[in-house]
Amino acid sequence: MALNSKFSKEGVSSLTRQTVPIISPHFLREVEAVSGEKVSLCYQCRKCSSGCPVSFAMDYLPDVILRMVQLGFRDRVLNSSTIWICASCETCTTRCPNEIDIAGVIDTLRRMALSEGRVAPAVKDIPKFHQAFLSSIKAGGRVNEVGMLRRYLLKTNLWAKLRSGELLEQAKLGWGMFRRGKLKIWPHRIRQAGEIKKLFAKSGR
Amino acid sequence: MRVSYYPGCSLEGTAREYGESTEAVCKALGIELEELEDWNCCGATSAHSTNDFLSLALPARNLALAEVIGLDLVVPCAACYQRLKVAEKKLADNPLPEFSYQGKVKVKHLVDFCAQEEVLRQVKEGVKKPLAGLKVACYYGCLVVRPPKITDAANYEDPQNMDELMKAVGAESVNWSYKTDCCGGSLVLSRPDVVRKLIGKLLDMAREAGAECLVTCCPMCQSNLDTGERGLARETGRDYRMPVFYFTELLGLALGLPGAEGWLKRHLVSPRELLSAKGLL
Repeated sequence: MALNSKFSKEGVSSLTRQTVPIISPHFLREVEAVSGEKVSLCYQCRKCSSGCPVSFAMDYLPDVILRMVQLGFRDRVLNSSTIWICASCETCTTRCPNEIDIAGVIDTLRRMALSEGRVAPAVKDIPKFHQAFLSSIKAGGRVNEVGMLRRYLLKTNLWAKLRSGELLEQAKLGWGMFRRGKLKIWPHRIRQAGEIKKLFAKSGR
Repeated sequence: MRVSYYPGCSLEGTAREYGESTEAVCKALGIELEELEDWNCCGATSAHSTNDFLSLALPARNLALAEVIGLDLVVPCAACYQRLKVAEKKLADNPLPEFSYQGKVKVKHLVDFCAQEEVLRQVKEGVKKPLAGLKVACYYGCLVVRPPKITDAANYEDPQNMDELMKAVGAESVNWSYKTDCCGGSLVLSRPDVVRKLIGKLLDMAREAGAECLVTCCPMCQSNLDTGERGLARETGRDYRMPVFYFTELLGLALGLPGAEGWLKRHLVSPRELLSAKGLL
């Protein structure tokens, strides 16, 4: 119960926010063009939101995100925590009666938000994690968990993590894994790491 | 039987015991795994969340490597599997100019590969120590089955392949409704609060269904649950210790493979007590 009440505070209650949104009339076309998905087909059956395992931590439910894309609420959508909380489990994509790849649309929205430097404070660490993960690949072709963790932690607010006890908890966990031979300290560099660098250069990252 | 093999980054680190048990079990079953030479990371959730080109190009390089060998590509990690499968489907229509890939590689997840009739029969015949009396909840997670357009999974809401394998080695696989629910793997570092709630639900439901342990086929699921149980117990004041196995570890145990004890020592939640009580260790 304690967990539930904590989530509802920042969760669905924000649906009732009363500010008037700025309308971007081309937003729907933009999202459909980039994602290749017909978001306009959504008729709000809410199957996506009903099956979503992380809806409790979202500020807008997935079907509301789709509706807001249709209506051109660009800022609200791209500033939402929903697009980052989505765990990419693909339950919504699997169940959508209109065959909209909703998780794919969310990916498109994330990339748009990222390119504009937008990210809601409640989810600010999530894109940082993705960036640390990709940097680890860029460095040698494979992900090294230790290197990735170091990169990630250095991007985040270490002081806050230290004070909340999260850092100590992660250190204990890391030690437990290290003792069991589950952490590889030295990264493996693939022989053709140059090929990976070229792909990153082409990707603009 | 010979197949190409793409282990993925986790199997070199946090899921080392998955890699070790996969290799040992395949060897015992006479399956020759030919590891792709110089393979690279598939990009996982981080690539598809942030960069369209990388999400396709990173797995594409591996498919191109596999095509040279010309065998089916077997993948033990659910996340790698799904990213490679997405690339397999997308590149069939729209090849990338960076790679000379003709679209001939068939990507298979290890659990589906092991559950095909021929391999399943071999497993049954090889059992030396049946896992009698062990009640397992088969936990497939998201990416082995979803989305079915990509994975071609027939029973994507109630998959059976791991259940079949567990029954083949004598374990009792319980019926439960959370087989394909998400554990929140990609949020484990960035939103541990969300993850704790998800794994709490999975563990509660597995226990309620009468399971004594969980069996997985995904390095993120296993590590997320295995490493998360302690924190969850501290937060809720309840006992959440439940061993989480890779299905290959239980196959290896049943086949009587000598390495089994070593794999299990790598778990944070020790399965020793449970397995000793069943006379399996």
